[in-house]
Amino acid sequence: MTPIQVLFLISSALVLVGALMVVTRRNLVHAAFYLVLTLFGVAVLFVLLDAGFLAAVQVVVYIGAIAILLIIGVMVTRNVTGAEVKTVNKNFWLAIVIALMVFSSIFLALNQWSQFNAPPAAASTEVLADTVINLGVAFVDANQFFIPFIVVSILLLGALIGAIVIAWPRKASEE
Amino acid sequence: MDSDPFDLVNIIAEWLRNLLLSWNLSADLIDVILTFIGAAVVATMVFMVFIFQIWFERKAAARFQDRIGPNRVGPWGLFQPIADALKMITKEDTMPRNADKVIYNLAPILAVFSVLMMWAVIPFTKNWIGTDLNIGVLYIAAAGSFGILAILMAGWSSNNKYSLLGAFRGVAQLISYEIPLFLSLLVPVFLARSMGVNDIVKAQDGMWFILFVPLAFVIYLISSLAEVGRSPFDLLEAESEIVAGYHVEYSGMKFGLFQAGEWLHAFTFGALAAILFFGGWQGPFVDQYPSLGLVYFLAKTMIFYFITIWSRLTFPRVRIDQIMSLNWKFLVPLSLLMLMGIPIVDYFFKASPWRWAALLAFNLVLGLLALEYARRGVKRGRRPRVKFEPRPVAVPPKDDEAAA
Repeated sequence: MTPIQVLFLISSALVLVGALMVVTRRNLVHAAFYLVLTLFGVAVLFVLLDAGFLAAVQVVVYIGAIAILLIIGVMVTRNVTGAEVKTVNKNFWLAIVIALMVFSSIFLALNQWSQFNAPPAAASTEVLADTVINLGVAFVDANQFFIPFIVVSILLLGALIGAIVIAWPRKASEE
Repeated sequence: MDSDPFDLVNIIAEWLRNLLLSWNLSADLIDVILTFIGAAVVATMVFMVFIFQIWFERKAAARFQDRIGPNRVGPWGLFQPIADALKMITKEDTMPRNADKVIYNLAPILAVFSVLMMWAVIPFTKNWIGTDLNIGVLYIAAAGSFGILAILMAGWSSNNKYSLLGAFRGVAQLISYEIPLFLSLLVPVFLARSMGVNDIVKAQDGMWFILFVPLAFVIYLISSLAEVGRSPFDLLEAESEIVAGYHVEYSGMKFGLFQAGEWLHAFTFGALAAILFFGGWQGPFVDQYPSLGLVYFLAKTMIFYFITIWSRLTFPRVRIDQIMSLNWKFLVPLSLLMLMGIPIVDYFFKASPWRWAALLAFNLVLGLLALEYARRGVKRGRRPRVKFEPRPVAVPPKDDEAAA
């Protein structure tokens, strides 16, 4: 077993155990910290796939944002912990069935793909060094992802302005 | 690079690699072992800096306050930090009874971990760098986000209202100042056309980026001070409001780790200032002797670390609402304007020899305009003084009251 495989097994175990803990913990804050563990495992998986940029973005965006999630969770939730915190509702079984269906369809689809069991082609270091540059070029190239990138940017800008409008003090209603 | 006789790190690494090869280990495994050894060496060296920092900061603070400072233990009190560390380790390690034990114990470790992680991509010299990631600056941002998590973990798990309030306030301050910090980090990235930290240093051959974009450096300096949480922005600790902030329940070495995290953060941001704006290991004769870069790098880092101490001991601290309005109403719009303007100016002067002058002029004009705007804002926002008549504090009792 190569060191890369060991790392892969460890990080996949982190992801799976963390994800299971997130949905089963009765303590809201513990669940959020297990989510951090899961997302960190996903970042490690990105690194193993030579997608360093995605890994760093994963950590910045998700783990950085978990702090906010925690604050909101602690501030707006009545019971952060305790026996009355429910982790399941009556749609529990339906969710399990849907999750199993999605998993089995992905598994079957990947299993039929002839390249699935093939050993990974060794990417040359020049190609890997250029991935960030390629990504950047793809976002500003009109033939690649320029339009989706702009659309997403405008959507985010709209959300930003919307948040400001909602938070703006309403002078008329105060009087 | 291979002709440098003082390149000790790579010589030792090569020797170790050959030694392990002679033990018939596989090349993959040797890579892993050497990486672990390298990480341990870098982390330990950086952690040792903390011991020096204790002495340096105590001595500098003493001089600022017209005292002598530590002078009993060893020459010039140099062994004082060892005594301090021994005191820290032997102190009783207390834990609140209802604390969340795992998170409580994990938080100080994470606080130091987030700082030490950053040093993986910091180039000491041209050839001494943990790993030359092509996304180095983004990686530093990612490592910093663990520090925020550590503060929140400490504040929540202590099961203390003051520490939770302190953590909320700390997180609010840190994530607010991350925005101008990262926006100003993007300027050297733009000028060097690379996110790799070593590439940024190499791009400053001959001319440091501070001469192009002084405004970005000023924004970086202010927001890094706030990010470290030191005076004048040390709102993480406010004795009269939230006691000691998020680490109020920590004692002994666990508190020591938080302190180490904060102080090493200051040192790390000094190193980043040296790398991003002042040419890192660049200096005379580094082409012949790359190891000389270590001296230049550490000297520049110490200068910026000294600036943090200087501002800490000189400026009065500000209120939390002043911190927030400085960030959101001034630094964030200013850094956004700067980040929009610099590529536009750079585009028009791309080939011209006056590129640096154009960028410098743009920076100065924008900086002066921002200062003028801020001055007017301060005038407008100054609160009207309440007028009241002076009155005696102790009023003698009236006659009828005294009679009754």
